[in-house]
Amino acid sequence: MEKSIDRATCSVLRNAEKSGIRTVWERYSAQLPQCGFGETGLCCRHCMQGPCRISPFEDGPREGVCGATADVMVARGISRAVAAGTASHGGHAKHMARTLLRSAMGEAPDYPIKDEAKLQAVAARIGVSVDGRDAAAIAGDVARKALADFSEKDSPLTWAATTVTKGRVDTFLKFGVVPTGIDSAVSESMHRTTYGVDADPVNILLGAIQCALADYSACHMATDLADILFGTPSPVVTKANLGVLKRNAVNIALHGHNPLLSDIVAQVSGEPDMTEKAKAAGAPEGINVVGVCCTGNEVMMRHKIPMATSSVSQETVLLTGAVDAMVVDYQCIMPSLANIAECYHTKLITTMPIAKIPKALHIEFHEDDAKESARRIIEAAIEAYGKRDRDRVHIPDESSTAFAGFSTEAIVGALSLVNREDPLKPLIDNIVAGNIYGVCLFAGCNTVKVTQDANYTAMIKELAKKNVLILATGCASGAFARHGFMTPEATEQYAGPGLKAVLTAVGQAAGLGGPLPLVLHMGSCVDNSRAADVAVALANKLGVDLPMLPVVASAPEPVTEKAIAIGTWAVAAGLPTHLGVIPPVLGSKVVTEVLTSTAKDLFGGYFIVEPDPVKAAEKLITVLGERRRGLGLSA
Amino acid sequence: MKQVFVIPERCMGCRSCEIGCAVQHSKEKTLFSAVLQSPPPMKRLFVESTDAIRMPIICRHCEDAPCLRACISGCLYRDEKGFVRRRKERCIGCWTCIMVCPFGVVTRDREKHIAVKCDRCHKLDTPACVAACPTGALVLVDIDDMPKETRQRLVLAGQKGVG
Repeated sequence: MEKSIDRATCSVLRNAEKSGIRTVWERYSAQLPQCGFGETGLCCRHCMQGPCRISPFEDGPREGVCGATADVMVARGISRAVAAGTASHGGHAKHMARTLLRSAMGEAPDYPIKDEAKLQAVAARIGVSVDGRDAAAIAGDVARKALADFSEKDSPLTWAATTVTKGRVDTFLKFGVVPTGIDSAVSESMHRTTYGVDADPVNILLGAIQCALADYSACHMATDLADILFGTPSPVVTKANLGVLKRNAVNIALHGHNPLLSDIVAQVSGEPDMTEKAKAAGAPEGINVVGVCCTGNEVMMRHKIPMATSSVSQETVLLTGAVDAMVVDYQCIMPSLANIAECYHTKLITTMPIAKIPKALHIEFHEDDAKESARRIIEAAIEAYGKRDRDRVHIPDESSTAFAGFSTEAIVGALSLVNREDPLKPLIDNIVAGNIYGVCLFAGCNTVKVTQDANYTAMIKELAKKNVLILATGCASGAFARHGFMTPEATEQYAGPGLKAVLTAVGQAAGLGGPLPLVLHMGSCVDNSRAADVAVALANKLGVDLPMLPVVASAPEPVTEKAIAIGTWAVAAGLPTHLGVIPPVLGSKVVTEVLTSTAKDLFGGYFIVEPDPVKAAEKLITVLGERRRGLGLSA
Repeated sequence: MKQVFVIPERCMGCRSCEIGCAVQHSKEKTLFSAVLQSPPPMKRLFVESTDAIRMPIICRHCEDAPCLRACISGCLYRDEKGFVRRRKERCIGCWTCIMVCPFGVVTRDREKHIAVKCDRCHKLDTPACVAACPTGALVLVDIDDMPKETRQRLVLAGQKGVG
């Protein structure tokens, strides 16, 4: 199997191989074969009478020491993955809420309220009074209401109840999966999956869905609060791939997830004083900040900062020998970065108290003096620049133009240029007419188990040709950006005639002089809530619930527990959700059946597991056709 | 004579056989002491894989053993049970055995500078790898029974096909 279809990635990896530097691909090969019990979810380490495993063949033990069957083990395993994903998004959202509260109380001067319109919109939606109150007072109440969503309440989570359709609320009530606290949902998932608690696989899975809905709330909260503090994204034109690194600048790579760190570093990097220091250190082009992974998406949307690469290829950024500092916060940061940084002059800088890496430089990031922390980080990068070995610098030429930053507000804004009174009408009319056959949200990661980007690029060509409108978040965005799919040219080249006409009409109304890009970039992985907002608005406008809509989701190259949590809430939201990698559930017929079939009867959404990208696209098109017929539309 | 055979379609790739082998060749022969032993004990069989198949590769104790014929120092010999074993003190580290083994299951001990290979757990009734396998992918079967079992499976499959 090839490592990647990205030429920049491959070029850097060839160099690494010559130098004998091992990356995620070599570490994966060294792991092969991976244990089949783990792959099928048939091992349990939840108590000290274990570890237990169940043979998938007929003659092995049929249950663990406690009597847990294959179905129970698999259900418990997947439930704990959802809980870990929820804990991650919860941690991110809580960090944001605490900062907003400190901002409102005047304790975080570097985090002013940037987007008052968004603050007012969120406040109005969640029932915080806005009339005659100043931004700080409103922000304080919004932050307190957000923090209240973490412990167990007597009422449903505010960020779930106020952002979904009435039909979803009824469905969640009917199956008893309404979440009442984000942290408490994680805690309850850990409780019900520990030794001797829930032994009904279907009940465990319903618990996982409740937890996943808490994850959805955390994602939505994180997006809302990021927009309030840093601004709601609107379209920008920038570049993506390793070619965005500069030979004659201090290169700083921002990697991780939370804009609380990256946005401030981006702001400070533009200060004249910092540029002067970089120039004085011998870098005529000053400071060049680039993004990696999801924090890369955050600063790409809000600051036009170019994207160097995505999650699985994060090590390649350092392997260029041109990065002076890589600054990380949390999630998807490979510990191996420290070893690779050590092969160069590069400083790996950790910033969060919960995410340290041995051999990295730790500069702890504090909200009360965020800009000062950022300046210290940038100065460390400038200092490292002086030690860069120019003979070892290898920056590939590749970089693609990328139009990014299509928040829900930006999409509605563009549509309102076509129809001011009723912005969603052009979208709905074109879906009805068949010019837009349906909508597919691409989300998730890049995985070492699939040739990097191969599934994304194969699927988008099939779907676009059939007039499917493409939205993307997270490292799916990164893949499409690096391969030039976020451009008007890609629309010209790949979109079917109906889709091309719609994207051209909206693009021209928006003054682009051409079509919108083939992929609408909606943000980082936490921003999947933006795509959910678009779907909810469409459903409400049409007066139907989400499972009726011709909308699907796909994670063709998923890795993380966060992706499992997001996929699970997408299913609960009524979306057929494709996975391009087989999750660890095949050891249980019951769990496999519930996730891929029974869920459809309960929630309308279900998982479609298909490793072959062309077949996966065909399956999604078939599903969109079924849904169109369900609405009485041509298919 | 019994042989260790592999049924690849039952192999989960969990490497329990590798762990069982290394533990059996450790000083105290328990997992927890073996993981603390320094230098660590060495395994004598290897789980290998492609996209389609995974299976342990293990010494066949060949009747006409290339390693035995190639050993110039008289280290390798065939014991009374028919297993190809080492007289460790005679190994000079020439690695000829590694060169000629068609299965690649002779390796070297980097600390002691001698060749290492399967001894078929000659003191045990059931070799450690077979005992460790949770799915029955490694089986200890009489060499003459193996083809008979295969033939019977064929007949059974044919019967089902007809029925």
